[in-house]
Amino acid sequence: MALKMVKGSIDRMFDKNLQDLVRGIRNHKEDEAKYISQCIDEIKQELKQDNIAVKANAVCKLTYLQMLGYDISWAAFNIIEVMSASKFTFKRIGYLAASQCFHEGTDVIMLTTNQIRKDLSSPNQYDTGVALTGLSCFVTPDLARDLANDIMTLMSHTKPYIRKKAVLIMYKVFLKYPESLRPAFPRLKEKLEDPDPGVQSAAVNVICELARRNPKNYLSLAPLFFKLMTSSTNNWVLIKIIKLFGALTPLEPRLGKKLIEPLTNLIHSTSAMSLLYECVNTVIAVLISLSSGMPNHSASIQLCVQKLRILIEDSDQNLKYLGLLAMSKILKTHPKSVQSHKDLILQCLDDKDESIRLRALDLLYGMVSKKNLMEIVKKLMIHVDKAEGTTYRDELLTKIIDICSQSNYQYITNFEWYISILVELTRLEGTRHGHLIAAQMLDVAIRVKAIRKFAVSQMAMLLDNAHLIASNTQRNGICEVLYAAAWICGEFSEHLQEPNQTLEAMLRPKVTTLPGHIQAVYVQNMVKLYASILQQKEEAGEKESSQEITQLMIDRLPQFVQSADLEVQERASCILQLIKYIQKLQAKEVPVAEEVIALFAGELNPVAPKAQKKVPVPEGLDLDTWINEPPSDSESEDEKPKTIFHDEEQRHSRQRQPEMDEEELARRREVRKQEQANNPFYIKSSPSPQKRYQDTPGVEHIPVVQIDLSVPLKVPGMPMSDQYVKLEEERRHKQRLEKDKKKKKQKKEKKGKHHRHNSLHTESDEDIAPAQHVDIITEEMPENALPSDEDDKDPNDPYKALDIDLDKPLADSEKLPVQKHRNTENLKSPDTEAPLVEKKSKKPKKKEKKHKEREREKEKKKDKERKVDEEEKKGEDLDFWLSPAPPPVSTTQTQSEPEVSTAIAEPEDHEEPKKEDREEEEDDEGKKSSKHKKKKHKKEKEEKSKDKKKSKKKHHHSEEEPVESVQNGTLDDEPLPPMSSYHLLAENPYIKMTYDIQGNLQNDSQVTVSVIFENKSTSFVKSMELNVLDSLNAKMIRPEGSSVHDGIPVPFQLPPGISNEAQFVFTLQSIVMAQKLKGTLSFIVKNDEGSTHEKLDFKLHFSCASYLITTPCYSDAFAKLLESGDLHMNSIKVDGISISFQHLLAKICFHHHFSVVERVDSCASMYSRSIQGHHVCLLVKKGENSVSVDGKCNESTLLSNLLDEMKETLSMC
Amino acid sequence: MIKAILIFNNHGKPRLSKFYQRYSEDIQQQIIRETFHLVSKRDENVCNFLEGGLLIGGSDNKLIYRHYATLYFVFCVDSSESELGILDLIQVFVETLDKCFENVCELDLIFHVDKAGLAGAPARAVSAVKNMNLPEIPRNINIGDISIKVPNLPSFK
Repeated sequence: MALKMVKGSIDRMFDKNLQDLVRGIRNHKEDEAKYISQCIDEIKQELKQDNIAVKANAVCKLTYLQMLGYDISWAAFNIIEVMSASKFTFKRIGYLAASQCFHEGTDVIMLTTNQIRKDLSSPNQYDTGVALTGLSCFVTPDLARDLANDIMTLMSHTKPYIRKKAVLIMYKVFLKYPESLRPAFPRLKEKLEDPDPGVQSAAVNVICELARRNPKNYLSLAPLFFKLMTSSTNNWVLIKIIKLFGALTPLEPRLGKKLIEPLTNLIHSTSAMSLLYECVNTVIAVLISLSSGMPNHSASIQLCVQKLRILIEDSDQNLKYLGLLAMSKILKTHPKSVQSHKDLILQCLDDKDESIRLRALDLLYGMVSKKNLMEIVKKLMIHVDKAEGTTYRDELLTKIIDICSQSNYQYITNFEWYISILVELTRLEGTRHGHLIAAQMLDVAIRVKAIRKFAVSQMAMLLDNAHLIASNTQRNGICEVLYAAAWICGEFSEHLQEPNQTLEAMLRPKVTTLPGHIQAVYVQNMVKLYASILQQKEEAGEKESSQEITQLMIDRLPQFVQSADLEVQERASCILQLIKYIQKLQAKEVPVAEEVIALFAGELNPVAPKAQKKVPVPEGLDLDTWINEPPSDSESEDEKPKTIFHDEEQRHSRQRQPEMDEEELARRREVRKQEQANNPFYIKSSPSPQKRYQDTPGVEHIPVVQIDLSVPLKVPGMPMSDQYVKLEEERRHKQRLEKDKKKKKQKKEKKGKHHRHNSLHTESDEDIAPAQHVDIITEEMPENALPSDEDDKDPNDPYKALDIDLDKPLADSEKLPVQKHRNTENLKSPDTEAPLVEKKSKKPKKKEKKHKEREREKEKKKDKERKVDEEEKKGEDLDFWLSPAPPPVSTTQTQSEPEVSTAIAEPEDHEEPKKEDREEEEDDEGKKSSKHKKKKHKKEKEEKSKDKKKSKKKHHHSEEEPVESVQNGTLDDEPLPPMSSYHLLAENPYIKMTYDIQGNLQNDSQVTVSVIFENKSTSFVKSMELNVLDSLNAKMIRPEGSSVHDGIPVPFQLPPGISNEAQFVFTLQSIVMAQKLKGTLSFIVKNDEGSTHEKLDFKLHFSCASYLITTPCYSDAFAKLLESGDLHMNSIKVDGISISFQHLLAKICFHHHFSVVERVDSCASMYSRSIQGHHVCLLVKKGENSVSVDGKCNESTLLSNLLDEMKETLSMC
Repeated sequence: MIKAILIFNNHGKPRLSKFYQRYSEDIQQQIIRETFHLVSKRDENVCNFLEGGLLIGGSDNKLIYRHYATLYFVFCVDSSESELGILDLIQVFVETLDKCFENVCELDLIFHVDKAGLAGAPARAVSAVKNMNLPEIPRNINIGDISIKVPNLPSFK
């Protein structure tokens, strides 16, 4: 064994470490893969050794290889071994590797549960930290369930470092194990008010992330966040909260009204661009939610647009980008205010940065009008020509189409222009969006009847030049347009100038190189074309040429019959047979054109995309019943996929009858008519003359404007749209003149123009009548279609599971699975607990789980009944906070409420600090309430909700731990009077300063002084600067480089009536005595009359209590501390105390930062710790009219000073 | 949320990658390649935001990057993050690396991947970085290699 050890360590000397590996890889540039596989072999050898250091080294190297893309999942077990190493250096490597490669599919992951639990409860905070960080990357539902409770405990850890991580990882736990959300939520909420800013922002982050997915459940937190928003100075936190409000406002418009004011203040005052941007964003969200019925917010919109304009004009590309991004949000609801910045946006189109151009394109969508559409599109077309990257070009293409086709082609006045734009776009090489252009061509040709003639001529040209489009690359997306071209030419063949030429173009051998689905359309439509040619020739009596054309078809069709594409082959052979039959008839000189043309009679109308879905199920039809007996299993295997055809072709498969005689044709026609009459997708043969089809060419009655033939139609690839722009301008000019004439004549009768969307036009737009009197056929819907369609939500959304009502009281069954020993009578400190965990860590048995689940279900039912009640209450609460003028609330009500919820034990110690915070804020607001009625209501509301919360919690805990002597708790007989830790610092007619001092947890010689500045005047207060005369012992921390006489600028300005808080950090050498520091605040008051310099002197009083930090202590640790004997003792006694013991304790806790360790009757032990680590223990006893306090501390001066302060507090009671 | 942190050099060689969503190793490499293609094409003085690529993209996601000397620092984030905030964060991250390695250069990252990875650790935990103050991070890193800091709660005995 010893030999092996020695051998191991000798081997180790020759092992490569990570640096060697990296160096090696760099030296083997040519045969890297070979070298790495060699290294992996070595690593495998190393992993087989017993020495943990060797293993750790090997795993470390694997982590690097994983990053280079090598799979290392085979080493999962070794990684776990390294994770369980006792030395932190190795453990860290293990967790790093695990976080890189473990995932839900890793089977050995279940082995880690106990190891992680052990590390979580490790006395070393870094072990806990590394376990938490690692876990966040590979947590699985099982791990989440088993460890949720441990992590929840860590959320109240003494170290902010751990609390912060624990709070964050809870998010991952919630995702994997949604049941944990409700039990953990109250504690998470507490962390929003954690003294450590890091923990606080972590909690804000988690709640924001949760609330983003299911905002409605978090509406009740709005007041709390609102408070945080107005008080926090941390920009990171502010950004998150402001973003969260952006998500909440759409649900509650009243919230938006409340937000507007503080947000606009922030916009005015902040210097941070990121914060400014987020504020603007949220104001936009608010305005969107308010857009209906709130006309008086144009000022806010103007402000936003102005600020955004500044962003866009900035030279920093990032700000420019964001400005455009935010602008596009405004565009949706307030297009007018954006339109005024058209110049700026068009300018951005020329920016060299692609991202910015893309954003500007988004905005163009809302900028167009009938007037400028052509101009804008022309500009875009120039960009299309210039664009280098295909992605940007494709984006331009889609944008052009989007812009033109938006709201049913509202802005297009000249469709000839649009068609020519589309044709020009086909010259793009390598675009992926050929199908888009094709769809547009089809859509326009079908829906704008007047344009068909022009469209057909253009399409024929395209077909003629098909070789240009489909030339070089077969997989060219643009060839899709041929699909549209062929179809349009076939369907509307009556408009063709030279059908023979087009038919020949379609029969070219080159066509067979096109994709199958396009060929199929070719085949189908050449028959349509053929039919119409046939008819023409027969009418003209040119038998010869009609036979010629039949012969041409028979000659050329076989090339399609040989096609590899099934669809093409089938259609071609059918049609070939049909034409051969026609040829026979022609030989007998029988006129056939009538019958052939009848094959394609009827008009196609567009069908709305959701029409199928909206067909109502007829009464008495049950779609779920089997029509036949369900097939047996063996049969079902033979089933084949049903759709073989390309779905686009299904549209055209309406006629596939091969040879048929006249009678049959007539009969079928009848049948089809009948069918169409019953078919909701077809337009009924209504009395409207427009809708007559069959036999008549159909479009004659539509007034078609004569096409000005000065426009050259022939040359392909020549931009013609420009000419149209000119023509259009001329036309408009003429129109205007005519109109003026008409006006003079005072003729009121208007021509029966088919104006569409008249109501939508702006005034200037209305003057421009479309060139074609177009009749855009709207898409058809089945009759009595069901109106609304439900949002199809993704059922696999992981966040859906977190859609949990958080205001419901916790049910018993919802407790997190807890290790049994945790329920022992006395809570132990974590240190003593750790070994226990190790021994006893069996998972809860499955039976138990099942049972629990059953219980949970039962509970759910009960909850549902309760829920209704609860929701009403919740609604009331929020209403109360939100309503601008709430109904008067009698004070008796607020006072009586808490009594309902009394007489039950306070929960655990963690609740303590939070309670204080609440009281503090209450009192704080109480002070202001005389001035601000609004705030008073808010306060009352908070009180109310607090009481409610309390009662809920108590309700829950009373079930959970029916213990007689309560740990760290107080018996709650009466409501506590409001208390505030903020003391008046100084006051003058302009400004009032209140302050509070808190010890700094991270640094043992620092305290943070939070000062609230309140502007009492009606003028603007700015350039505040706070300065303090440092003493030997206490110094204010100033920014680097400034002298001791410099003041610190306060980072905000105060509009009238506003208050805000700033924090200043002081260092202290000794903390055993109270300190006083003199200081001055200088500021500038600005009002209409001008600005004046003002000064305000103050004295900062550092009491000894402000050096203490409320630290919870377990009773066993407390006992040990007292036993240790190195504490000094002192005591005081105060007479004439009339308040209840509970209030007294609360006062001590609150003002002197103590926590209750244990309380028995009228005797309590309390504990606190100074920032420099002095322990302070108290024993408080209450006699009839007096209170005695015995104190123990390892620093006697501190103790006596503390007790003196306490005496003062108590004597005021 | 931050979805991924990628660092690669001017030739697309990955120097540090961290994904907070599970992807197989192949896909990870593909994502890095794709991202590199997107990012490397861009000029120096254009904006630092990109609509995501196809793999890690999705409508909600954005790539936010900065280019320092030979290295690209790319963060892939969803819409809950503030764009400018992430840019600051990258700056903080790089400054941190600079403090750790004293004048950080690409070689530092190559040879001290493990340490750099840990420097990113605070960034890892769901954008916890929000409050990270610079002097703290180097301390966290050193504890691994030099000494394990004992929690500063004085023992009760």
